Amino acid sequence: MSDASLHRPGAARSARPASYRKPTEETPAARTALILLTVSGLAILVFAPLIVVFTEALADGWAAAIESLGNRDAQSAIRLTLTITAIAMPLNAVFGIAAAWLITKFDFRGKAFLITLIDLPFSVSPVVAGLCIVLLFGANSLIGGWLVAHDLPIVFAIPGIVLATVFVTFPFVARELIPVMTEQGRAEEEAALTLGASGWRVFHTVTLPNIRWALLYGTLLCTARAMGEFGAVAVVSGKIRGQTATMPITIEMLYNEYLSVAAFSMAALLTGFALLTLLLKTALELRHADALAANHRH
Amino acid sequence: MDIHIDEISKEFGVSRALHPVTLSIPSGTLVALLGPSGSGKTTLLRILGGLEFPTSGRVLFDGRDATGLSVQERRAGFVFQSYALFRHMTVFDNIAYGLAARPRAIRPNRTEIARRVTKLLDLIQLPDIGGRYPTQLSGGQRQRVALARALAIEPRMLLLDEPFGALDAKVRKELRQGLRDIHDETGLTTVFVTHDQDEAMELADLVVVMSMGRIEQIGRPLDIRERPATAFVRNFVSA
Ligand SMILES: Nc1ncnc2c1ncn2[C@@H]1O[C@H](COP(=O)(O)OP(=O)(O)OP(=O)(O)O)[C@@H](O)[C@H]1O
Ligand SMILES: [Mg+2]
Repeated sequence: MSDASLHRPGAARSARPASYRKPTEETPAARTALILLTVSGLAILVFAPLIVVFTEALADGWAAAIESLGNRDAQSAIRLTLTITAIAMPLNAVFGIAAAWLITKFDFRGKAFLITLIDLPFSVSPVVAGLCIVLLFGANSLIGGWLVAHDLPIVFAIPGIVLATVFVTFPFVARELIPVMTEQGRAEEEAALTLGASGWRVFHTVTLPNIRWALLYGTLLCTARAMGEFGAVAVVSGKIRGQTATMPITIEMLYNEYLSVAAFSMAALLTGFALLTLLLKTALELRHADALAANHRH
Repeated sequence: MDIHIDEISKEFGVSRALHPVTLSIPSGTLVALLGPSGSGKTTLLRILGGLEFPTSGRVLFDGRDATGLSVQERRAGFVFQSYALFRHMTVFDNIAYGLAARPRAIRPNRTEIARRVTKLLDLIQLPDIGGRYPTQLSGGQRQRVALARALAIEPRMLLLDEPFGALDAKVRKELRQGLRDIHDETGLTTVFVTHDQDEAMELADLVVVMSMGRIEQIGRPLDIRERPATAFVRNFVSA
């Protein structure tokens, strides 16, 4: 008998005998309460905003929504966001693998410090990160002055946005990989070395196949986050319409100008991109369930 | 190939895993490193295989200094305690790995690799499991696949870390004989680690008893049993 049914004798009589229930299973009443809580939480926090985004976008009909996405500035914002994501994603995949490799396959001093450093982007406000980039590379700084003089501006230009995005999304891949690589240990790599394989061969025939799923997850999460990044990009981009305004920045500007349909159409498109990444992840999970299980067992 | 270990010591930070140890292994011998947990058996084996480098001392293969040889250059067939089979590859690909990893000039062609893998599968008496994945094998089968994978590279010596550690008593007995047979057939100098004295006594030509990073005694099984050199060996063997 669980606590819940002791407190409510009525429920105990109607419920199945306690011995028929798995020890880990809750009483029907508790289960219903948990389900209600989860569903209402999801409804308020996830579904409602999603529905609002799409209804607002389509307030004046499909034609108006699509037309608002067709103008030059909107097109430029979409292209910019996709470009930034396409640059940030592989960069962070490579950084993430390197960091996870270093942390899990080698022993060195200051390892704990490095792990903290990897988590830093999660705890630092993106706006602060953006400000740091401006201070470091802005026209008034030593490096920034030199870069501008050589026609390589970082702040208020695409390199700055890439830098900000890479910083904010850095932990995703490493965080996914570290536990997986820790659990797998070094034995397979060592075995490959004793069989005569070079370091590079070991990496792409043993290490990489063993982490491919975690890597994919991390990269997809990183992608979804990179497309939506606002705070850091808002600071470093200078919000130049048609040049450095990404999709989230454009959404904010349109909204502030009371261009509700245009703002929400762009928001709907951005949401669509994010949903697409999630869909891709789920599809891959379903399709390769066996391989996933094999990777976790053993 | 004969192996000479000359005053090898190993420190991990401040802790000493091996005090200077010296050991000569004649070519073709089957040697057991026997000792309690933490006595430095694995450390010594890994130094032989090139997976760990000694703090001081030298390793000689056939009289030539091999201390600086990389793990790949050692060409030691290494069987790991947990087998460390490549989990995403079939048994066939596991065994073929070392041959496929060779530089192009000395890499056998595809059919030759397949022929050798098939031969090794026959040798370990598991001719039909080439298409399976490691998770689809029993512990004893995994152990034999690990042995076949190590043999595939035509190693100069065979190093095994507790090869029967994770198996039940009956399978252990069978595989013991299997290792003895393979050793006799290939004539490879073989070093295996164990903390099971029966295993060491029954299987090895030469038993090396270790304790706390030191070698307590080197001798034939009979010598160790009848003439223990130290109080530790006497206690350990009679236990
Ligand atoms: N990578 C390492 N870092 C620090 N200490 C280590 C490392 N590897 C081994 N040691 C230490 O060296 C000593 C010898 O270890 P080793 O693994 O060689 O023992 P062993 O005889 O193989 O024991 P077991 O039978 O438990 O496997 C132990 O005290 C161990 O803690
Ligand atoms: Mg050991």
